[in-house]
Amino acid sequence: MPDFSILIEYFDFYIEGFVNTIYASILALLGSFLLGTVIAVFRITTVKPLRWLGTVYVEFIRNIPLLLIVYLFYLVLPMLGITLNGFISGTIGLTVYTAAFIAETIRAGIMSVPKGQSEAALSSGLTYVQTMRYVILPQAIKIVIPPLSNQFINLVKNSSVLSVIAGLDLMYFGDRVAGKTYATFDTYIFVAVFYLVLTLPLSYAALILERRLAKHS
Amino acid sequence: MDFANAFSSDNLRFIFEGFFMTLKVAFLSIVYSFLLGSVVGIIRYMKVPVLSPILGVLVEVLRNLPLLLIMFFARFALPDIGIQLGPVYAAIVALTLFEGAMISEIVRSGLQSIDKGQIEAARSSGLGYMRTLWHIVLPQGLRRMVPPLVSQFISLLKDTSLAVVISLPELMNQSKIVSGQNQNYVIPILLLAAILYFTVNYALSLVAKRLETKIV
Repeated sequence: MPDFSILIEYFDFYIEGFVNTIYASILALLGSFLLGTVIAVFRITTVKPLRWLGTVYVEFIRNIPLLLIVYLFYLVLPMLGITLNGFISGTIGLTVYTAAFIAETIRAGIMSVPKGQSEAALSSGLTYVQTMRYVILPQAIKIVIPPLSNQFINLVKNSSVLSVIAGLDLMYFGDRVAGKTYATFDTYIFVAVFYLVLTLPLSYAALILERRLAKHS
Repeated sequence: MDFANAFSSDNLRFIFEGFFMTLKVAFLSIVYSFLLGSVVGIIRYMKVPVLSPILGVLVEVLRNLPLLLIMFFARFALPDIGIQLGPVYAAIVALTLFEGAMISEIVRSGLQSIDKGQIEAARSSGLGYMRTLWHIVLPQGLRRMVPPLVSQFISLLKDTSLAVVISLPELMNQSKIVSGQNQNYVIPILLLAAILYFTVNYALSLVAKRLETKIV
């Protein structure tokens, strides 16, 4: 049986980390959704340089480790005179990394909207941006919601890299509790439970969303 | 930025040692997690009584935990119950368990995607359950699994960088040590590390694309 006194005595630590993990995940989700949408549009536009930029971003970022990106922001920004704490630079790193994956998801969603729709919208006088904004994106969003919810689960798990740069997340505080109590095994079991409290309901919700969408189409 | 000194022969040797460690740990973990994931995936596909639900719970738990936590656990918590693993083994064990859980789901859904009619046809033409699985379901399922498997392997290779937290002397760890010597080394060294990771992963993804077009 795990020693519950570790959980009770350091409950504030766990909760602070837990809340920060949620904050980081939500901030990074919003940020990477915005950035990812822009990049997805870059990738399908007919403007060559933008298209190229989008492709390079996605291909490069997707093929390097998240930790490397987080380190980059953590170590390089101070050199430019911008001092950010581990939480903020970690969340920026998470955003930049996740945006590449979300861009691909959104691009797939946009591509799945039949071409006739954008042709109809364009020929009825809408501009490219209007077509995207009013015709294509609203339909694409519906298709990308299930895969996006999976990205969010990944985000929650990935936010644990914040602990490497003292990012005040759940993993970081778990580490501190382990350092204080020396009861590594029990401490990490409790950390695991806190993560599961977040990720298991999300996984379940993603599954239901996926099934519901499969039924409708 | 000081590229010349950052890329001194000593530093490069140190970093490439890390790169080989990354490749070694990634390769072994890919082999082990593929074996583990295939066995678990097939057991869950066959719905073996008792074993299948227990594995199902384990897979769900592992998939929903951060790999970083599993690595910490393998290195620092297992000694509490008498299992002492060095950084290399701890990293391989953690990667195998986590990615194995992911792969088991790829294998299971790949097998489940095979049309029921095929199984019925094979069974009614006299093939036993195991032979149907081996000759009909597996070969077709395997083809559909290739693209998601390769992207899982790419994830695995990137995830080896998390072994920084258990001081495995791999690419990320060595890059961090070298860039810690001098502020001017940070950008060149991280750039080099990024290019090394990118090269291997991009090559893998090209192979995956090749396989995909060949198969479908």
